Amino acid sequence: MTERRLFSPFGWTLFVIIVALGLAMPLLHVFAPEGHPLHVSAYTLTLVGKILCYAAVALAMDLVWGYAGILSLGHGLFFALGGYAFGMYLMRQIGRDGQYQSDLPDFMVFLDWKDYPWYWAGTDHFLWALVLVIAVPGIVAFVFGWFAFRSRIKGVYFSIITQALTFAAMLLFFRNDTGFGGNNGFTDFKRILGFPVAAPETRAVLFALTVAYVAGILVFCRWLMQSKFGRVLAAIRDAESRTMFVGYDPLPYKLGVWTLSAVLCGIAGALYVPQVGIINPSEMSPANSIEIAIWTAIGGRGTLIGPLLGAGIVNGAKSWFTVSFPDLWLYVLGAMFVIATLFLPRGVMGLLGRKA
Amino acid sequence: MNGTPQYAPVVAHPYALTGTEYDPGRAAGSVAGGDASYGRVVVPGEVDVSHGAILYLEGVTVSFDGFRALNDLNLSVDDGELRCIIGPNGAGKTTMMDVITGKTRPDAGTVYFGQTIDLTRLNEVAIAHAGIGRKFQKPTVFENLTVFENLELALKADKRARASLLAKLDGEQRDRIDAVLATIKLADAAHGPAGRLSHGQKQWLEIGMLLAQEPRVLLLDEPVAGMTDQETAETAELFLSLKGKHTLIVVEHDMDFINTIAGTVTVLHEGHVLAEGDMATVQNDPRVVEVYLGR
Repeated sequence: MTERRLFSPFGWTLFVIIVALGLAMPLLHVFAPEGHPLHVSAYTLTLVGKILCYAAVALAMDLVWGYAGILSLGHGLFFALGGYAFGMYLMRQIGRDGQYQSDLPDFMVFLDWKDYPWYWAGTDHFLWALVLVIAVPGIVAFVFGWFAFRSRIKGVYFSIITQALTFAAMLLFFRNDTGFGGNNGFTDFKRILGFPVAAPETRAVLFALTVAYVAGILVFCRWLMQSKFGRVLAAIRDAESRTMFVGYDPLPYKLGVWTLSAVLCGIAGALYVPQVGIINPSEMSPANSIEIAIWTAIGGRGTLIGPLLGAGIVNGAKSWFTVSFPDLWLYVLGAMFVIATLFLPRGVMGLLGRKA
Repeated sequence: MNGTPQYAPVVAHPYALTGTEYDPGRAAGSVAGGDASYGRVVVPGEVDVSHGAILYLEGVTVSFDGFRALNDLNLSVDDGELRCIIGPNGAGKTTMMDVITGKTRPDAGTVYFGQTIDLTRLNEVAIAHAGIGRKFQKPTVFENLTVFENLELALKADKRARASLLAKLDGEQRDRIDAVLATIKLADAAHGPAGRLSHGQKQWLEIGMLLAQEPRVLLLDEPVAGMTDQETAETAELFLSLKGKHTLIVVEHDMDFINTIAGTVTVLHEGHVLAEGDMATVQNDPRVVEVYLGR
C-alpha cells in the first residue's frame, strides 16, 4: 500500500489493448477499402471520436466532483469555450471559399461587418488558436473559481452558480453581435492546417489524437490523484475545516483542480469541433452540463475509469435511441439516472466491484 | 523536523485574513525586512514565551445575533501547562476555541499567542502553522483515507499545493508516523479506512493527527467523549506525558477524567471566567456549585 502503482499489471494490459484498438480504428478507416468487413465508416469514426471527447469531459468532471466534492453544473461552458477557440481558427481556414467569397466568415458579411473584431486577432495562426483553447477556459475558470472558493461558496450554491454561468454565456453567444455566429455558431469548415477537414486521412489523424489525449489524461489524472495533492483534495471533500486546522489552505487546491478540469474540457472541445463539424451555443445549454454530471454519476464518481465508461454507455445509448426511438430517449436518460442514484451509488464501477 | 523553522509567524502577518495561499518564504522575508519598525527582535518560527504565558486572551467578546457567547473573557495559559476548561452548556467553551483557532473573529478583545503573535489577525491555516492544533468536539477525520494517510496529511511539512504534487515521505517521516501509530495504538488499523474505526478510535486518531502536526498548543474539545473507561484512562496517561512538552487545553464534562489530569481548572459561565484554581478550590466555590446545581 505504501508502494503506489498507477495501475495494476492487469490494468496496464487492458489499457494497452484498448489504446491499440482505438488506434486501429482510424487505420482501418483509411486503409481497409469500403465494403471490406473490417472497414470503419466515417460515421462510426465520427461517432466514436465524439464520444471520446465526451469521455474526456466526464473525466475532467470527475476530478472536481468525484475527488474534490465540487459539483459543477457548468462544465459544458468550458468544453464549448475550447471548441469556439479552435472553431475561430477553422473559420479563418475557410478563406474565401465561403458563400460570399469574402475574407470574413459568412456571418460577419451578413452582419455587414467590414473587419474582424479585435478578439479575432491572430486566430488565423494555429499555435495562437491552441493557446486560446487552453487559456480561455483556464482563465474563465480561474477567475470564477477564485471568487467562489475565496468566498467559501460550497455545495448546491456553487452548483447553481455554475449553472447560471453557462446559461448566461449561452445567451451571450446566441447574440449575433457577440461575433461568434449567433445561434448558428461555426460550421462548414473546409480545412485544418491546409488539409481538407473531411478527408479520411484528416479524420483518422484527429481520431488518433483524441485517443491519445484521453489515454494521456487518464494516466496523468491517475498520477495526480495518487499524489499527496490528490489525498489533500479527498481530505477537503471529507472534512474541509479539519483540513484547514491541519494547516492546508483549501483555496489553491480547489482552484488548481478546478482550473485543470476546465482546461481539460476545453482541449476536449477543440478536438470535438473539427470531427463533428459544428459548434453552436446549444453546447452551453444548462441541460448539456447536467448531462455531463449524469455520465459521471452513472459511470462511478471518484474512479477515473468510471466516467469514461459512463460517457460511453450514455452516449452510445443516446445515439441508438435517438435514431431508433427518438421520443423515448429523455425518459431512458432519466430512468438511467434515477436507477444509478438509487441502486448504484458508485455507478457502473460499483457494479463491477473494482476500484480501478 | 530538521530543526530549521518552516514557518515564520510574525505580528503583522502578510497573509492575515486574505485567504490566499500561505507563503512562509514571504512571511520569513518580512521578518528580516520591512517589519523592523516593530522594535522587537522576532525570531522566525518561534513563539515568544519569555513572560511565561503562551496563550493570552483579554476582554474577548463574541456576539451572535445579540447573544453574547463570550463576554469580556480573560484567560492566560502558561507554556507547558495542562489546563482544563469546564462549564455548563452554552458557557462559551467551543466559541473560545473558535476564537483561538481563527474560525470566529472576536467583536472586541485581544488574543495573543506568546508575546508577539496576534491571533485575531491570522486565518485558520496561518494559526495552524504558527503552532496551534485543534481537536473537534465531534471526532473529525478523513473517513475515506486510511489511518496512515490521515497522519501523513497531518504531519508537519510544507503544505502548499505545489509542494504536495511531488511530496514523498522520507524515512524519518515514516518513522514519525509509525511512532504516532504506536502511541495511539492504531498500528494494526493503519492501512484500513479511517471511516471504519470505532468512535473512541477516531478520537485517538484525531489526537494522533494533532501529535503529528507537532503544535505548541493543543486544543482538545471533549477528547474522551464516547470512550470506554479503559480508553479514558489511557488518554489521561497520554495527556500527562505530553504536558510540559506541549501546552494542552482540555474542554471536558467528565469530572473524573479532569480530576486525574488537571492542575488548574477554569470554570466558564455565560462567556466569562467564573472561577479558576485547582480542582478542590473550584469544586468548593459556592458560585460554581450554584451554576452547576441550579439556581
